[in-house]
Amino acid sequence: MDGNPPAPATSAEVHRAIDAVWRIESARLIAGLARIVGDIGIAEDLAQDALVAALERWPESGVPDNPGAWLMAAAKHRAIDVLRRRTRLDRKHEELARELEIGRETGDPDLDAALDDPVGDDLLRLMFTACHPVLALDARVALTLRLIGGLTTPEVARAFLVPESTLAQRIVRARRTLSEARVPFEVPRGEELEARVSSVLEVLYLVFNEGYSATAGDDWTRPELCHDALRLGRMLAEFMPAESEVHGLVALMEIQASRLRARVDASGNPILLLDQDRSHWDQLLIRRGIAALDRAAALGGMLGPYALQAAIAACHAQAATADETDWERMAALYDALAQLAPSPVVELNRAVAVGMAFGAEAGLEIVDSLSSAHALEGYHHLPAVRADLLSKLGRREEAAAEFARAASLTRNGRERQVLLARAAANEGPES
Amino acid sequence: MRFILLVIPKGYEQAAPDAMPDAEIFARMAKYNESLKQAGVLLALDGLDPPSTGARVSFPGGKARVTDGPFAEAKEVVGGYWIIQTRSREEAIEWARRAPMPDGDVIEVRRIQEFEDFPPEVRAAASDSANA
Repeated sequence: MDGNPPAPATSAEVHRAIDAVWRIESARLIAGLARIVGDIGIAEDLAQDALVAALERWPESGVPDNPGAWLMAAAKHRAIDVLRRRTRLDRKHEELARELEIGRETGDPDLDAALDDPVGDDLLRLMFTACHPVLALDARVALTLRLIGGLTTPEVARAFLVPESTLAQRIVRARRTLSEARVPFEVPRGEELEARVSSVLEVLYLVFNEGYSATAGDDWTRPELCHDALRLGRMLAEFMPAESEVHGLVALMEIQASRLRARVDASGNPILLLDQDRSHWDQLLIRRGIAALDRAAALGGMLGPYALQAAIAACHAQAATADETDWERMAALYDALAQLAPSPVVELNRAVAVGMAFGAEAGLEIVDSLSSAHALEGYHHLPAVRADLLSKLGRREEAAAEFARAASLTRNGRERQVLLARAAANEGPES
Repeated sequence: MRFILLVIPKGYEQAAPDAMPDAEIFARMAKYNESLKQAGVLLALDGLDPPSTGARVSFPGGKARVTDGPFAEAKEVVGGYWIIQTRSREEAIEWARRAPMPDGDVIEVRRIQEFEDFPPEVRAAASDSANA
């Protein structure tokens, strides 16, 4: 209030403020440094050094007005030392160090502008490098969340339920792999671009899905992880506005995230889409998702697999009640998806849509052809869908056995309970 | 977490009905909005017309009473908002700190309540009435 001087910030408060600055600035900082030194491992170390300097200084001095510029200046100081001390100090590095030094002394505005280039290409280069196909998928995920998501190693480890030491190892190995493979710090062009964009989108959707329906652990969802994936997707869409599938994935994630709070009941149990209370679906995210889908469509050409999945999600979102779902449109969208990106999982979802649109018998036919092809063995959704269709056809004994089989296959404790309950409901006399 | 950043422009309670920010402020604001978008944190934003064109519905004794703007007694009024998604309160505050506001303006940072914040019985009651 007026008249009272502000209370001095406690050191805990300053540390939380530094965490916040780090989360906002670290990606740009690392990206800018990586362009200068050409190696994201070294860039990350330099950025970390700048963070340590901030942790030392800011509790005394307060958070500076432009914390991003402060961190960049601190990192540049360190970069000069590192470049000078490098054993294989070639002419290029020497020149770079000299330029940096001149820039530092004279405050050369051009150089500063080049180094501080706030957005765009550097961040894209960082994303494409962290998601480079030379890396295993789990390494891409770890690097992306750390370098661009601004998450700490313990945060990433917690998100994926692996020990911190395992994750730290994974990151060290990934950095080494990139460096040994001499992966250039650049945005791919031409024919390579499409495959590389897919590689980035795959990482983002994997992160999202791990938050949306955790494959392990006792929590059905981890919303923070969904929001991290969404944040990175929106970022990518800003920098690659002409890539239809980027908007497609953002649309898919926005619409799926709109259901996050409706997917779990008060005791943490999962609620299936058609049973959800639609008044809890987040209309703001649905609107954002549909707008992103419109952007994907406006770019022309055929919708890609992510955009088609977003269109399916939008079809659910636009039905006021589960009964009003346009299942024929849904079946048609799954048909298109099955042709574009055929997979047993898509086929299984198509079976659900066809079952709803044209009767359980028609759906069961598709499921049974999957079973006889031995597709999706060990995947709990297959017996779960089959059980549901059987139950609708009144074949209760078979349904109970399939629900029980699905329960024995899932790794998620909450989901197992739901499946066992459905198995029990199909046993004994019809209620 | 979601936060709403409420903008309280200095003197907006007395602004003329057709008051508009000048071009320079508008341009700086557009740049800031762009940075929120590029960081992937922005969910929504809007500016609000001055209170002189608005109305207040008050409830003396629980009964609605409408008063047209401007509101002589108002000291601070909201002129617009951003809704952002962040990992922490501090991150939301850090974004507010970066807004290019003119002298005397205030940004109030408030967390948006989530459904999960409410105790189970309140949630159940809300679901029941929504489905009734």
